[in-house]
Amino acid sequence: MINERNLPIFATLTVFLLLYGFGMYEYKGFRDTLVFTNLLTDNAFLIVTAVGMTFVILSGGIDLSVGSMIAFIGVLMAYLITSLHIHPILAIAISLIVGTAFGAIMGMIISVFEIQPFIVTLAGMFLFRGLAYLINLNAVPINHPFITALSDIYVSVPGRGGLTFIAMAMLVLLVVGILIARRTRFGMNVYAIGGDKQSAALLGVPIKKTTVKIYALSGLYSALAGVIFAIYTSSAYPLAAVGVELDAIAAVVIGGTLLTGGVGYVFGSFLGAMIQGVIQTLITFDGSLNSWWTKLAIGGLLLFFILLQKAIVFWAKKRSPAT
Amino acid sequence: MIDIRPPIKATNMKKHHALQHLLKRLQKQPKTLAPFVSLLLILSVTALITPGFLEIKFVNGHLYGSLIDILHRGTPTALVALGMAVVIGTRGIDLSVGAVIAISGAVTAVLTVNTDWPVWIVIACALGSGLVCGLWNGLLVSIFNIQPIVATLILMVAGRGIAQMITEGQIVTFHSTALNAIGNEFFLAFPIRVWIALGMIILTIVVMRKTSLGLFIEAVGANVRASRLVGIEARLLVLSAYIFSGFCAALSGIIIAADIRGADANNAGLWLELDAILAVVLAGASLAGGRIYLGLTIIGVLIIQTLTTAILTSGLPVQYNLVVKATIILAVLLIQSPTTRQWLSKRFQSKRRQNPKKGQNSTSSQNHGRADQ
Repeated sequence: MINERNLPIFATLTVFLLLYGFGMYEYKGFRDTLVFTNLLTDNAFLIVTAVGMTFVILSGGIDLSVGSMIAFIGVLMAYLITSLHIHPILAIAISLIVGTAFGAIMGMIISVFEIQPFIVTLAGMFLFRGLAYLINLNAVPINHPFITALSDIYVSVPGRGGLTFIAMAMLVLLVVGILIARRTRFGMNVYAIGGDKQSAALLGVPIKKTTVKIYALSGLYSALAGVIFAIYTSSAYPLAAVGVELDAIAAVVIGGTLLTGGVGYVFGSFLGAMIQGVIQTLITFDGSLNSWWTKLAIGGLLLFFILLQKAIVFWAKKRSPAT
Repeated sequence: MIDIRPPIKATNMKKHHALQHLLKRLQKQPKTLAPFVSLLLILSVTALITPGFLEIKFVNGHLYGSLIDILHRGTPTALVALGMAVVIGTRGIDLSVGAVIAISGAVTAVLTVNTDWPVWIVIACALGSGLVCGLWNGLLVSIFNIQPIVATLILMVAGRGIAQMITEGQIVTFHSTALNAIGNEFFLAFPIRVWIALGMIILTIVVMRKTSLGLFIEAVGANVRASRLVGIEARLLVLSAYIFSGFCAALSGIIIAADIRGADANNAGLWLELDAILAVVLAGASLAGGRIYLGLTIIGVLIIQTLTTAILTSGLPVQYNLVVKATIILAVLLIQSPTTRQWLSKRFQSKRRQNPKKGQNSTSSQNHGRADQ
């Protein structure tokens, strides 16, 4: 018997397989492994963002600043590499530290000043976008042999497909995210805070410390997404990744995480982002559908999964007093 | 003192009385002072940086100047913020208003171009589309009990798709003298759109404060279960709050479309929901529901709009715009946060203790702070 807590993620998996199966049935080109590995590469930055977002949402919060963070980190990295001639490895390290620090500051404001996460991260969203403008107003190419070498890494798999560096980096970050959520005390604390903040506090979970860590982690993951995005496009643009926060939140919700917090899986967010990717690929393969169908389809899927969760919660509540 | 005045000055007297009332309220609730002080501060700093910022000229029966410009540009946000405040009062949030603006703008443009229907029917259709959107959000929140942030996220994502579908992916431009008047013409020295917004604001404040509706809505936001126990029909109230927000957004969408004489499904009202939410929070409301401040919300809108206009007119490079805005908003939020207020009142209390005459006042203000949380 499937635990009802796991039901949303099975539903997500089913929808993903159905959509992918439909594509394979309908289009010959879809059956190649190339489509799947391209999905991994094209959605790498979204998946990495969604992994960080999962922790925030699991704790009952929200982070609207991730899209701006991706753009800001990309522009910062480009500035460090092309203008200051710092080696990319060092530039990436600096960018990641900056991203984590900004995340931690937002977490500090949320926990110490007791302002809602929605508002604090909203201000963060404006601030990071603004900082990106301050550094640069135009799109800048990132030409450095090291970055080119990174984007040239390609591990072939059977079929025409192959794993790029950013796809592999994304998979590693995904596994790390799953391990943090499931195997560390911090991960347990996140679930505890999301489940019931007061009970968690009474059980001795350090609420403030954990909150700071959660937003620092989300900052780190969105900074990593920024680095991945910069390598993916070999350029930096302050207007990049507008609205990615919505895609990431949608991915987390489609992945079965309750927005009230406490219930969900990091792997579900991966599936949620991949479903969005498959829908986009299907619409590209079809060719006759317009881009707005993507938005409508994702909106419809969101509705479906939210109603499904509601039904499951209702069903579980109805059953529990009887047993 | 008031009794001696001749009866002819009745209106003046009323004004005087209202002012006194306002001052009394401000003394009672120091929290409500913060947005006013912030706005005055921002205005005076800008006036120092940019000479002529406060100047208003009277040309051809129209008022011109940066201050009028702030009112003019602030109307769409003010309308949206009005609906948002009511929704936030019920412990909700409406993320879909930007998308609703795009939909109503698209309806306005497409109907104006493709039909020869009179303007009022076109406007009614656009407003109707907003009502339907609000009904959809309200049903999801009140009947299906979906978290407001998620329920309205659906329309936020799908709504722009719907708007694009209506305009078939094009930017539809139109010509209509009546709509143009709504967007850019003047009436009694002020832009017509400002009058429309003012009418909505007054209507909403009267309905919310002079009938029990406002009390009920805040009761639902403060405590759903308790409000149900005293016999308030919570579901219907929440539903109507979202419908009202949809209506306000649609009205704002018409004004935006009329302003640019076209409908841009991708960019109309983009991120306006965030400005609106910020305005409501700047006014001192909590996203956790309960007490809302409609008048102060409009002050919040003016703060945001003044900041934007001030940065543009101050000659600062455009790229500083967002950073300055974010920093000032963060500063205002930090000053208004419960932690800061507690810290301040503690300091005040220790000072007052040495000065026992004024002790009473400080405890009353602290109690207010607690009650508001």
